[in-house]
Amino acid sequence: MREGPLLALVALLAPLSIGSIGGASSVYAPLQHQTVDVLQWLTPQEFIELFAIARVTPGPGTMLATLIGFKVAGLGGALVATLALFVPSSVICYLVARIWNRYRGRPWHQAFESGLAPIGAGLMFAGVVAILRLGAAGPLWPLSWAVAAVVAALLTWRSRLHPFVLLAGGAVLYVAAYAVAG
Amino acid sequence: MGQAATRVSLGSLFGVFFRLGLLSFGGGISAWVHREIVDVRHWVTEEEFIAGFALGQILPGVNSTNLTIYIGQHLRGAIGAAVALAGLLSGPFVVVIAVGTVYRYLLGMPGFAAAMAGIAAVAVGMLLRLGIVFARRVKWRPVPALILAATFVAVGLLQWPLIAVVAVLAPISIAAAWPRRSADA
Repeated sequence: MREGPLLALVALLAPLSIGSIGGASSVYAPLQHQTVDVLQWLTPQEFIELFAIARVTPGPGTMLATLIGFKVAGLGGALVATLALFVPSSVICYLVARIWNRYRGRPWHQAFESGLAPIGAGLMFAGVVAILRLGAAGPLWPLSWAVAAVVAALLTWRSRLHPFVLLAGGAVLYVAAYAVAG
Repeated sequence: MGQAATRVSLGSLFGVFFRLGLLSFGGGISAWVHREIVDVRHWVTEEEFIAGFALGQILPGVNSTNLTIYIGQHLRGAIGAAVALAGLLSGPFVVVIAVGTVYRYLLGMPGFAAAMAGIAAVAVGMLLRLGIVFARRVKWRPVPALILAATFVAVGLLQWPLIAVVAVLAPISIAAAWPRRSADA
């Protein structure tokens, strides 16, 4: 394995890791631009395919970087790419978490915690809309909004329901819907 | 509250996050983590989880890995954070590469793309439900309710930059929650 591609992966992904405020959605656009247009590691079609795989397989969708690393430089590339994308941001998060958790119980800490709660909830709903928007190009996209709403309602009423039941149900429903829609 | 109530071994920390990593088909990791860490194991409280999620959103990085770091740090410090993250990512690392080598074959399979889309839609529903759990915990006074709505509208609908929105709203929200000398503090 040559060193060139590994260094190139780090040079691409480590800055993205630090700059990815707002989560996954802020990673995809620059990653696509760099890997397809600038570095030409992937064709546009390959990028879309790898994106789809990373999204449905377990783990964060940004493990797209792992797949890109694998494609560019094999297993070593996959490992380097994964570390380059996840370690820098994790170190920052660790430092903040350490400070945060040290002062737990102080009155001002309680105020921060209560003050962040509505923002966390708002960001969660915003994130849901962002993910649904990502998939809005596909056929039957209104179905995904409906399914998300039904799943949320079911889990709210029956919190003991295992998500696997719902995931399997979603898969079956979509296979049927695609078959009917042709 | 103080320190974490339960002393969690590094082995079980790794094991739990390893399982969560492998279960999280279609995304929705935060929902899986919430279910296991808050609902089932009570390793962190609901309030701690929500604060960790909000912090993870504001900081660089994906919110699921940031949440994992936050919980690992809270339970077992630096080594806990590293072990939890390694647990979360190591299973998916193998799966994503395995699938990546045969994906052209899989994409050609009838029904595969449809099934994957269905799984992803359900995962979004799991996150939506987690948002509802969060919203229920918010103290429903005018300021927190308005902050929640404003955050959602600005970031989710208007797609304004997250960091700018939070920089404006967080100080207002925290000030409103500040303990009053005479009142309930």
